[in-house]
Amino acid sequence: MDAAEATQIDWFALAPELAVLATALLVLLVELFLYGQRKRFVNPLAVVGVLVALGLVVALAVDGSDRAAFGEMFVADSYALAFKGLFLSVALFVLLISYRYFAEIRTFQGEYYFLILSAFIGMMLMPSARDFVMLFVALELVSIPGFIMAGLRKFDPRSNEGAMKFLIIGILSASTLLFGLSIVYAFTGTTSLAGTAAALTDVTREPLLLVGTLFVLVGFGFKVSAVPFHFWAPDTYEGAPIPVAAFLSVASKAAGFAGLLQVSFVAFEPLSDAWAPVVAVIAVLTMTLGNVTALAQRNVVRLLAYSSVAHAGYMLVPFALVRPGEAALNSSALSAVLVYLFAYAVMNIGAFAVVTAVARRHPGRHLDDYAGLGQRSPGMAGSLTLFLLSLGGTPPLVGFFAKVAIFAAAVEAGQADQAGGYVLAVAVVVNTVISVSYYLRVAGRMWMSEPTDTAPVQPGYALGFAVGGLAVLTVGLGVLAPLVTHVADQAVIAAGG
Amino acid sequence: MWESAALSVTVFLPLVGAAAIALIPHAKERSAKPVALAVTLATFALSLLILASYYLGPAGGQGRAFIVDVEWIPVIGAGYRVAIDGISMPLFVLTNLLTLLCVVYCFHHIEPPGRPRAFLGLILLLQTGMAGTFVAFDLILFFVFWELVLVPMYFLIGIWGGPHREYAAVKFFLYTMFGSMIMLVGFIALYFGAGAETFSMVELSQAAAGGEYGIVFQRLVFLAIFLGLAIKVPMWPFHTWLPDAHTEAPTVGSVLLAGIMLKMGTYGFVRIAVPMLPEAAVDYAPFLAVLAVIAILYGALCCMAQTDLKRLIAFSSVGHMGFVMLGIAALTTAGVNAAIFGMVAHGLITGMLFFVVGSLKHRYHTSTIADIGGGVLQTTPRIGAILTFVAIASLGLPPLPGFWGEVVALYAAFNPAEAIVDAGLLGLFRVLVVFGAIGTLLTAGYFLTMLQRVTMGTPPRRWVDAGLQDVSPIELGAWTPLLVTTVVVGLVPLLVFGITRPDVSRILTTALTG
Repeated sequence: MDAAEATQIDWFALAPELAVLATALLVLLVELFLYGQRKRFVNPLAVVGVLVALGLVVALAVDGSDRAAFGEMFVADSYALAFKGLFLSVALFVLLISYRYFAEIRTFQGEYYFLILSAFIGMMLMPSARDFVMLFVALELVSIPGFIMAGLRKFDPRSNEGAMKFLIIGILSASTLLFGLSIVYAFTGTTSLAGTAAALTDVTREPLLLVGTLFVLVGFGFKVSAVPFHFWAPDTYEGAPIPVAAFLSVASKAAGFAGLLQVSFVAFEPLSDAWAPVVAVIAVLTMTLGNVTALAQRNVVRLLAYSSVAHAGYMLVPFALVRPGEAALNSSALSAVLVYLFAYAVMNIGAFAVVTAVARRHPGRHLDDYAGLGQRSPGMAGSLTLFLLSLGGTPPLVGFFAKVAIFAAAVEAGQADQAGGYVLAVAVVVNTVISVSYYLRVAGRMWMSEPTDTAPVQPGYALGFAVGGLAVLTVGLGVLAPLVTHVADQAVIAAGG
Repeated sequence: MWESAALSVTVFLPLVGAAAIALIPHAKERSAKPVALAVTLATFALSLLILASYYLGPAGGQGRAFIVDVEWIPVIGAGYRVAIDGISMPLFVLTNLLTLLCVVYCFHHIEPPGRPRAFLGLILLLQTGMAGTFVAFDLILFFVFWELVLVPMYFLIGIWGGPHREYAAVKFFLYTMFGSMIMLVGFIALYFGAGAETFSMVELSQAAAGGEYGIVFQRLVFLAIFLGLAIKVPMWPFHTWLPDAHTEAPTVGSVLLAGIMLKMGTYGFVRIAVPMLPEAAVDYAPFLAVLAVIAILYGALCCMAQTDLKRLIAFSSVGHMGFVMLGIAALTTAGVNAAIFGMVAHGLITGMLFFVVGSLKHRYHTSTIADIGGGVLQTTPRIGAILTFVAIASLGLPPLPGFWGEVVALYAAFNPAEAIVDAGLLGLFRVLVVFGAIGTLLTAGYFLTMLQRVTMGTPPRRWVDAGLQDVSPIELGAWTPLLVTTVVVGLVPLLVFGITRPDVSRILTTALTG
């Protein structure tokens, strides 16, 4: 392509990102001129910006044409738009959760909202990236604000420790990823994802190439907190402000998956018979270790942290089913990941939202603080019960259909003579049962124990709205599962799976 | 309109009722009871109407009727498919009857901590799950209803249960969920195994009859589905969750657990496992039969060792469900009919047993046989008489329903399906019949011993002085319909056999002869 074509930019395709970028800068600026209590008004400003961006995403989706910019490094097809819609909705809920929390800490409000919006720009770039360089930039744009946000509670040593661990491991993973990319580039001579796939189809499989591929996957493994690269997650979640923990466990992880999907289902697909078995082992280890460790947790945030590690394991299962050239199988695996991500976002943010509300009264976040919550705040306790049951995969909640999608992908692969598919399905079953036992422990504590404290939890309007909205989505998207599967399907078609 | 809406309205009315009850303000908590009563009465009336129009309508009492088939999740071929046939009908009506009576019973007593709003809301949610399971004709929809019962039952046991309630509730939930999830994997395998890629039970049964599934595939998938169903039934050796759950559950919880929820497992064998995996069913039939007979003997022997009334009845359920499974394992029309009859009989009788024992526990504050100490016929003569009648019904005295279920099951196992005879297993089945018959003797033994220790003899001084109230009008109101139905079904077994026979023979003929 010539230079003129490469610099041709479709501004409409970039509009959602630009809207968020403008909001981020505006938030930073406006906060300087607000004093004391008024600083919290940057939150509604950020919400408006996100809503505008969401509107633009919808407009792009209605428009329906595939758009591109920066010489095809950035595209806005329905795959990317589905993810952007997801990310912006997540952003909306994270902002709702943050409002009261940060207004009460009363520090760094402008910085926080600037950072979180920047991270969301990175996320929105991720599914649009069709080039390794772009992908890397997007990934770092998600990570770097995360390092700072994790340390925002700087009066708490645990926050400092968590942020430091996150930073060091994050940098390690970024360098591993870059190293892997450089090796792969040496073999393919291109940084475009589609070009890499084409170059890898008939390449001699030298060990170095496979090592490079694995390095790239490992780099993403850190991001999605897959075992054995998960060590940062519990400490970081525990130390971070709870809305940031929600952000890390859902949004940042989903962004990691958005990138990983492109890398493994498009770029490295021709080599998948070599790396998929490794991913299978990692998936089983991730879910098992996450769940078994979660069993022993008494701190609710740590429990949710390990649970989110386990969920990363479930979401890795479809990656282990990728096979070169098996378009039908691969696309149902891809669709399973998408469905799971949507469901996971709804129920996990919901759980963190309730934890944020309860933490206002019980900053210790101990399991015992939830004793008798059903009598103190039936709404909060009922919602958290829904979220936990959904995380455990109970029908007809949205988490159930996510599990069905994973099972379907695994069994379909199993029937296509990959016995491993059945093994993975059984691993998911066993892990689901383990996970339900600790979800039920929290639920049981809320409804079956006597309260130690009689005062109701007061979430405030924004948080209350977030919890209620997510509870409705958990049930509604469960019953109307076609909505999610339809979006996922459109996205899969766009991704060319 | 009636044809397409009747089932859905009947199934989801309790769900709407549960939502309505949840909206009742805390201060008016007591009004939850009349609301729940109105909802369950309406549901039961509707199910009677469905029963009547199934007979009088175009269906003429056989085949599927009230069919609804709309797309639900087109991507995975799951639909909202409901219908009712002769196999579902008795269980569907029984579900709505028992739930109604449970709600009536709640006017008499709810275990501490009370909270009738939450309690009745959960009961109604449970009703939707149970009734839906029996009319779902789509595997995913079936599974949704099947799992829907877990959550309310978990909370019923966990909040209103006995001293070890949390342990029992979690054990119940995890055990059942494990089996169910494996079963779900089996369902998905069925989906991909048939060329049609659908979850419709009718189409999958047709595909199976058309020989779509290879034998190895069938054997594997049967094992997966078997595990889910067997835990629910429960079959020996998967029964260990049951004694704990039944013992700890509040009275109404035990009644519904024993009366309906166990049948979901055996119903699954009749509706799913056998018609969709017929060759594997023939292969595994001897194993099912052996496990069933072990359950009969083991249940009876365990009963003899029990010191607690609720636990004793719980183990007696293991034995009774053993007879049901023996009937299914015979794979003949007689056997499956006996199985369904056995389910209904067990639902009526054991539901009633748990009611009486719950009422005893309410009065004596214990269900330990030694603490009650005998003489119930003197302290509370009417309750004692009812207990005696129900226990005798449960041990299978003719002509009460327990007898018909057991004797026909034994008869069927004596002459199992031709495929089983061809495999040279007739001898095995006949030996099993002998052991099953010994089981009926043991059953009579432990029930009579129990009656002797509980109802007869001189009551301990403290119970005589306690001035215990005999059966209350509300209890009588909740029990009379069950007692009358028990007698009527026993005297006229054709009431149930007549409903089930045409569809059972249709399903078996399609499945086994292709």
